[in-house]
Amino acid sequence: MKNLTAVLASALVALAVWQIVVSATGLPRFILPGPSLVGQTVWDNRMLLAEHALITISEVLAGLVLGAIIGALSAVLLAASSLARTFVGPILVFSQAIPVFALAPILTLWFGYGLGSKIAMALLIIYFPVTSSFFDALMRSNRDWLDHARIMGASPARIMWHIRIPAALPGLASGLRLAAVYAPIGAIIGEWVGASKGLGYLMLLANGRAKTDLMFAALIVLAVFTIFLRAAIDKLANKIVD
Amino acid sequence: MSDLAPALSLTGSASFGDEPVFRDIRLKVEAGQWTCLLGASGVGKSTILKIFAGLSDEVTLKGMAAASNGQLKGRVTLLAQDDMLLPWLTVQQNVLLGARLRGERPDIIRSEEILSKVGLSGKAKSKPRTLSGGQRQRVALARTLMEDRPVVLLDEPFSALDALTRARMQDLSAALLVDRTVLLVTHDPSEAARLGHAIKVMTSSGIEDFAPPNGTVPRPYDDIDVLKTQAHLYSRLSRPT
Repeated sequence: MKNLTAVLASALVALAVWQIVVSATGLPRFILPGPSLVGQTVWDNRMLLAEHALITISEVLAGLVLGAIIGALSAVLLAASSLARTFVGPILVFSQAIPVFALAPILTLWFGYGLGSKIAMALLIIYFPVTSSFFDALMRSNRDWLDHARIMGASPARIMWHIRIPAALPGLASGLRLAAVYAPIGAIIGEWVGASKGLGYLMLLANGRAKTDLMFAALIVLAVFTIFLRAAIDKLANKIVD
Repeated sequence: MSDLAPALSLTGSASFGDEPVFRDIRLKVEAGQWTCLLGASGVGKSTILKIFAGLSDEVTLKGMAAASNGQLKGRVTLLAQDDMLLPWLTVQQNVLLGARLRGERPDIIRSEEILSKVGLSGKAKSKPRTLSGGQRQRVALARTLMEDRPVVLLDEPFSALDALTRARMQDLSAALLVDRTVLLVTHDPSEAARLGHAIKVMTSSGIEDFAPPNGTVPRPYDDIDVLKTQAHLYSRLSRPT
């Protein structure tokens, strides 16, 4: 509760500064609309914003779930098999040298203008943080625990399932926390490259028509969603770590 | 314990890569008794335990480690200074870890009996982090008993405990691990004098036998004979070779 008060207080300060800058400089509303105008625009366009937000939210959530599952499975596979580390490891590192942004056009070509290409984008952008933080944690297993499990007659698969994976969950949790912030970026980039729905599409559209207040409104909705998503993932992460 | 406790023997030299750990040692651990192995840090005591435990992948042994009746594999359990309790499992789940790791049906009733033997019946559902150091070590002892192996390797299991808790743990372990072949590696002369049916001192020049005090194990810590042996062990250990 104390935390929430602090967040609200700092948000209020930021809004106040924003309003003062707009009032003091007298910038035209198509350059920088004030927070009161943006707030009004959010309210006036609530149905439009909700419709587009729903699309973006589904892209983000689908990308997040798929990316988390595929990332976690990859990490376990890499940790379990030195063969996989030898052959797949370098490919993974190389794939990280390709900026994910640069792939957006080709993903649109492959998966179309609909949700598919945006989900793929969100998935790709979170795949590496999830995989690498979980993998690192899996490779740092307590050596004594592993030795002890061997004395008890455990197979490598059971050691993985009962010791290495539970011990590495904090690593997975920190990967997921990063993913919660990255996944919306992926979805928005996907929408910029080619879409007919979603907050990213709406932002481009509003910008092109000098409806800067609507662009800001979409941005605010996206930011608020990302904050809630991050908080929800944080809660989930704390739960799996406990 | 259905399996008859074996005697153990180890002869030879061991090295860790190019680094020799010990040379030409000859160790005999009597069946069904406590053997205490004393020595300075780095002399290779823990390596001996690793070899008996089958964890010596990185250690090259030129010689032989064997049990008097059959194989060692699957008949050994280890209790170390670090209790190695898994923090996400409850006390009872930790005691039953072996069954979980082998995919066997957990024997809940036996785990409850063992927990009551170590005086932790009320803590079965607690997480390890809520326990004191002494309690955690009793959980580790319960897990060791649950495994029910004829050979028990102890790697300074009581050294992180305060003096009083340590004495209690020694008594409890001596009572509960009776008739098993126990090899206790320790830095503590008083522990060896209290618990050893046989006492051995390991230095860089080998392993030598040391006469244990009279009396049955666990011997009282204020027994004059125990205190004398303890003093002799101190002076023996203060000589480097």
